[in-house]
Amino acid sequence: MTSALDITQAVNPPRAVFVNYPLGHQTGKPHQPDLQRQIVRDALEAFETISRPGTIVELPYVWDVNDRQWETTDYTGDFLPPRPPKEDADLVEEERRSRFTK
Amino acid sequence: MPVEYIPRTRELYSGYKPYRWVVNEATPPWAPLRKPLAQSKLAMIGSGGILYRDQPRFHREDASYRLIPKSATEDELGIWHFGYRTADAEADPNCVFPLARLRELEAAGVIGELADPAYSFMGGVYSARKIREELAPRIADELHKAHVDAFYLVPA
Repeated sequence: MTSALDITQAVNPPRAVFVNYPLGHQTGKPHQPDLQRQIVRDALEAFETISRPGTIVELPYVWDVNDRQWETTDYTGDFLPPRPPKEDADLVEEERRSRFTK
Repeated sequence: MPVEYIPRTRELYSGYKPYRWVVNEATPPWAPLRKPLAQSKLAMIGSGGILYRDQPRFHREDASYRLIPKSATEDELGIWHFGYRTADAEADPNCVFPLARLRELEAAGVIGELADPAYSFMGGVYSARKIREELAPRIADELHKAHVDAFYLVPA
């Protein structure tokens, strides 16, 4: 499964399925189970349909039919969130884990 | 047009030494599926930095992995990853770790069996050597021991 076509072409895995969505949505949009299920199903189907090593199947999903602007702007400039100070990161981690360690 | 991530990564990380991308030009190895998917045992592997309950988070250059029970619910999954915007995946882990969808496809008979556990690591590891020599062989070993027929890798 990939959303980064050029990286996957370079790595050249035996089989791959490409979905042209922004990073972080390789198997669909949040809270859209039907869409997610269809993408996963299409991906799994490639196990049975790909017969030539190195094939990348490009699925027809479009992130937003009215706006392809993200392809130009995503993963540029301030894409990467600033690194929080260690104390803040530790606090977030502690909070996440404490929800389960009662 | 699909985003060209290699040049964009070069720009995004222009303050760092240029990353040497993995480029494999030889024909990749081929393992045909030995039986139909509907009879196969399938393992899920995700590199989106998924964590189960109170499992410790990942770190930069962390080549460790976590075992995620196949029954894990969305509420039990967290994320630690620095290389992509995780807000949507935090709201719904199925964006990068579609465990719930795979359970449904197992119940519907599309896949024979979803292996338990699923495997999770954090894909933002700079060293390809670390992945090739440490992480990948360990997970491959797990997959062999679990007698899976195929694995579904979702990088993030």
